[in-house]
Amino acid sequence: MNPVDASRRAFLGRSAQGLGGVALASFLEPGRLLGAPGAGPLTGLPLPRKAKRVIWMTMAGGPSQLELFDHKPKLAAMDGQPMPESFTKGQQLAQLQGQRLICQGPQFRFRKFGRNETELSELLPHLGSVVDDLCLVKSMTTEAINHDPAHMFMNTGSQIAGRPSMGAWLTYGLGSEAEDLPGFVVLVSTGSPARSPQPISARQWSSGFLPSRHQGVQLRAKGDPVLYLGNPPGVSREAQGGDVAAINALNRQIEPVLADPEIATRIAQYELAFRMQASVPDLVDLSREDPRILDLYGCRPGDGSFASNCLLARRLAERGTRFIQLYHRDWDHHSLLREELPLRAAEVDRACAALITDLKQRGLFEDTLLVWSGEFGRTPMKQGNKGPAGRDHHNKAMSLWIAGAGIRRGMVFGATDELGYAAEEGVVTVHDLHATMLHQLGIDHTAFSYKFQGLDARLTGVEGARVIKEILA
Amino acid sequence: MSLAGPLFPVLMKHTLFRQALVVLLPFGIPFPTGAAELPLPSKIGFNRDVRPILSDNCFSCHGNDPAHRKAKLRLDRREDALDREAFVPGDPAASLLVERILSTDADELMPPPDSHKKLTERDKEILKRWIAQGGEYQPHWSYGKPVKAAVPAGRNGVDFLVRKRLEEVGLNPSEEADRRTLIRRLHTDLVGLPPKPSEVTAFVNDPDPEAWSKLVDRVLRNPHHGERMALGWLDVVRYADTIGYHSDTPRNVWPWRDWVIRSFNDNKRFDRFTIEQVAGDLLADASQESRVGSGFNRLLLSTEEGGAQARDYEQRMLTDRVRAIGAAWLGQTTGCAQCHDHKFDPFTQRDFYALGAFFADISEPIVGRREDGMVVAAPAQLAQLAKLDAELNKAKAGFEAIRLQLEAAQTQWEADVALYGVTLPELRPGAAAVAAEVQRAKKAAASLAKEAKARTRAEQEAVRDYFLARGTVLFQAERDALSKAQQERDAFYNPLPKCLVSVSSAQKRTVRILPRGNWMDESGEVMKPGLPAYLPRPVVEDRELNRLDLARWLVSAENPLTARTVMNRLWKQFFGIGLSKVLDDLGAQGETPPNQALLDWLACEFMDSGWDLRHMVRLIVTSETYRQVSIPTKEQLALDPYNREVARQSPFRLEAELVRDQALATAGLLVPEIGGPSVKPYQPDGYWENLNFPTRTYDADKGAGQYRRGLYTWWQRSFLHPSLLAFDAPSREECSAERSRSNIPQQALVLLNDPTYVEAARAFAARILSECRGDSTARLRWAWQEALQREPEPGELATLLPVVEQRLAGYRADLPAAEALLKVGLAPTAPEVDRAELAAWTHVARILFNLHEMITRA
Repeated sequence: MNPVDASRRAFLGRSAQGLGGVALASFLEPGRLLGAPGAGPLTGLPLPRKAKRVIWMTMAGGPSQLELFDHKPKLAAMDGQPMPESFTKGQQLAQLQGQRLICQGPQFRFRKFGRNETELSELLPHLGSVVDDLCLVKSMTTEAINHDPAHMFMNTGSQIAGRPSMGAWLTYGLGSEAEDLPGFVVLVSTGSPARSPQPISARQWSSGFLPSRHQGVQLRAKGDPVLYLGNPPGVSREAQGGDVAAINALNRQIEPVLADPEIATRIAQYELAFRMQASVPDLVDLSREDPRILDLYGCRPGDGSFASNCLLARRLAERGTRFIQLYHRDWDHHSLLREELPLRAAEVDRACAALITDLKQRGLFEDTLLVWSGEFGRTPMKQGNKGPAGRDHHNKAMSLWIAGAGIRRGMVFGATDELGYAAEEGVVTVHDLHATMLHQLGIDHTAFSYKFQGLDARLTGVEGARVIKEILA
Repeated sequence: MSLAGPLFPVLMKHTLFRQALVVLLPFGIPFPTGAAELPLPSKIGFNRDVRPILSDNCFSCHGNDPAHRKAKLRLDRREDALDREAFVPGDPAASLLVERILSTDADELMPPPDSHKKLTERDKEILKRWIAQGGEYQPHWSYGKPVKAAVPAGRNGVDFLVRKRLEEVGLNPSEEADRRTLIRRLHTDLVGLPPKPSEVTAFVNDPDPEAWSKLVDRVLRNPHHGERMALGWLDVVRYADTIGYHSDTPRNVWPWRDWVIRSFNDNKRFDRFTIEQVAGDLLADASQESRVGSGFNRLLLSTEEGGAQARDYEQRMLTDRVRAIGAAWLGQTTGCAQCHDHKFDPFTQRDFYALGAFFADISEPIVGRREDGMVVAAPAQLAQLAKLDAELNKAKAGFEAIRLQLEAAQTQWEADVALYGVTLPELRPGAAAVAAEVQRAKKAAASLAKEAKARTRAEQEAVRDYFLARGTVLFQAERDALSKAQQERDAFYNPLPKCLVSVSSAQKRTVRILPRGNWMDESGEVMKPGLPAYLPRPVVEDRELNRLDLARWLVSAENPLTARTVMNRLWKQFFGIGLSKVLDDLGAQGETPPNQALLDWLACEFMDSGWDLRHMVRLIVTSETYRQVSIPTKEQLALDPYNREVARQSPFRLEAELVRDQALATAGLLVPEIGGPSVKPYQPDGYWENLNFPTRTYDADKGAGQYRRGLYTWWQRSFLHPSLLAFDAPSREECSAERSRSNIPQQALVLLNDPTYVEAARAFAARILSECRGDSTARLRWAWQEALQREPEPGELATLLPVVEQRLAGYRADLPAAEALLKVGLAPTAPEVDRAELAAWTHVARILFNLHEMITRA
């Protein structure tokens, strides 16, 4: 094997690195870098690996669990009455801080779905049709209560900027199996008709203190799917290839003179970049998908919808991308809950069910870990100061679902109190969620660290985290 | 013209090295780590050998933090360790510590298996030998005063101390690099722009024995030196154009960036540089200049998010500032002490909040829009502004006198409108009103439809504005005077530069220790400003300390950390890695520098020189150590793979901003203006689409702003310009001393396809064609000199000549393609130039801009 081949295979999350990379990685046990090709420093995984990849669907803005997943008849009965102070005294609130707190019953009906008669919102009939394949967690909590820090906490386990997000941790630790594609890909869609969705920072897919090649790459629906992917106007693929060949030929000639090991890596990167210029357009070209599949998801090629992104997620999963994160924006229903929530739900309901169905029929469901969550939940109290009724941010209770890759099917885990204010039974923290996800990927979260500012920094932080064994098959 | 000679003969010397590379690279780890092969030192040094082992493996349970301490044992202080009989000095066999680390019983073994910490055999041997030798401790290396080693008169201290250490470890220094490499290295390191070919020729042919020294002096006087030096500082203090959180909206801080550049250009002494930043507003001689410097305190992250609680963000801002002082000056990681005492260093939670309390006087909105900031302008402009303000105030006073009468008239008018059901004239069918008037009337009508009491502030204003414009003719003169004064004042004020600065308020925020960092817990002790208790500090009892005390202490002779921290970072600028490799942590979890004597000498010399940074820069770059070749020998690679001993120089890729600067300078496009508002180079459409409050479009600069140096790029924290990001520029949300140097495919995509680089290639091609009239070979040679300041090798010419021919043939056959390529970028192209030829040479130029040598400092 010549060095160029080796380092070519190694990037975008694989093991080859220049001297600079090794200098960083050498904070780990040096021997670990000598793992099999395609692996990150975590080669001999301590735990059996159930999941090979993750698809995380982030519903940005914070969907209301009280309309979608957590049915609270008692809250309905108390609709319009003051929220008992015993629940809320001295607790952190966002826009409702200092306001009169009134109970607001669920704004939509719940129905029973599947063999286990799992209760789900009438807004999620398609998800209901696959509810026996997923595990609903009703006792999720977080520490943050504003969007930006809450996303950061959910992605990085810290509310302070500069930490790697989970996708970066995983491509760092496990490498990627994707040929010529990034190991950590982010796709963003927005509800329609667009209102004024909460912003999302590129920080949410940052590699933080890990080497930059682990940062998430956003696949865009408009323009170049990856930034700077397209040739300049007037430059054919042939000419581009010829220029890259010339660059590499010149770099090869100078290599023995300068004896800089970065040159071999750079040559490999140019070859990879050139191949990406073909592989990425091929990836995002949905026009050759079977029309029945497009119909299953409910998307049209190039529409930039959440449904299209779900289909792209499947294509990325097939091609070996390690961590795929889908953002769907505009769930921040301080107002217009009745009017807007059904629109968002419809945009994701069919697509999520289709993704599960499609992964199953291709045999990918067994080793793909799916997570669907917001960055926080919403209050059982009504928010009425922003127009038609809505709900405020809430961190004491939220719901999410998780599926595939060794997660118990058809399970409902955890519960909130009778008004849905706080998770009471089987409380899950963000660190617990991360620990559980890592566990399914074969990683012991306490042993997965990176030296940063003198500390063994971990995704799951220092406060402690628990693998939620109850939800594992 | 002959510049540096052919480079390839050097190859002979390094053939062995090349073979070594081929063998080792396939596994992605080019070199074995040196540490594993080092023999055990005969005399164990506590700081060098023992402390790292204890800190990594033991201190988290047996260290400084009482809350996490196990078995009441602490190993970070000798008397405590002996008190608990952890070991018997001189007798490892009788020592409990040795028994426990060697134990085969999992319940006995230290560190416990579930900690995932594990001692190597070498670690165990070191601990045993250390105890056998008496188990002596040393104070942590960076907490005591640096000691200045004696350097023989007339010798450069850097060279003397590097060589001394090389002799100890058995390495030989390398020869001096060739002059072309040297001048390119110096320009990159001190200016960040390439030398002109003529400058290279002059230096290469300068027979003066003082040629290097003369060159250094000339380059240090280059006005772009300040820009180059600013790069690192802007990272360390997280300078950016936007607030960071959520909406990530703009704020006014660029005059502070210019202040930094000016400070480096003027060689402002580092103590003054520090004091102006931390407390420039509190100085007895506070000036506009020093107040702008105090903008440092405002560079942190802030939010405008609705629903953000002030107490929450008050704490975020306090902790942000403490981390900044730790990172920028002390080289200490302080963040963990927000919740508990530091586990590895003697920094306590009390220290953390006491340090935070220094900033409790800074007047600022906690949540919400930042204020405009201080006007930064010449005295005459300030005087003019004061005059306009006075006129405005006079007009306001005049208006105030009639306000009640107008309000009464408005009430009456509203009542009439309601009573008679009047439709505002602009809204009547067929009304001849312009769009803006109709809009104003609509807003007023909508607001009028609501009860006066129920109207929001904006609605009240809509009604009032309409009434004053259309509903009354009363006091027209007074109202005109007011609006005229307001307009005149705004027209003058709005374009003036402004900068967020520190303004001290007597109403200080209360700072408490927050148990576990929880801002909702108000049970903690109230803290006054205080300096870290583990470091030497002045005793002041008769008054409360303030920011000026903190600033002066940071650069006082008794502070053991600041000079070391700054010199360590400076070393990295010139050698690629710090003397202590963990730039942001000189504490227990950092690294005792292998050549501590050198770092201490630099720190002492820095302080002795009166904190003269340029003196230190000059000292380093005039050393023989700096001038060595950067090509390693096999022996050096084996013994010192990471070049920690500096028996050679190191090559490294340019910083993101400098990659851009090189291309623009070579193309002849660079606009070398210094300072001013940040600029917006081309950026892919839609890159900001996920921003909101408000949504934003990116308007790329159209004129000179398009061709400025990289450091002036608009620094949008949540979406940093993607071509800077690709080359590892940090988002500057947190202080970062260390920029990584990655090597990723996005860099190839940027250099190949980003319009900035395509346009630069076209401009360079136009220069090649117009400034060199020879054949293709002559032109390639000319281009090589401009881009790399050397002659191309025959093999290099042979590689590119066919490319010229092929591209030319291709574009002759497809002129529209040539036109399309030449349209990239806003810079004009001379119309008389042959389009196919220019397009073909654009490819050549692009290839040169993509070369490793172009973006690497050797």
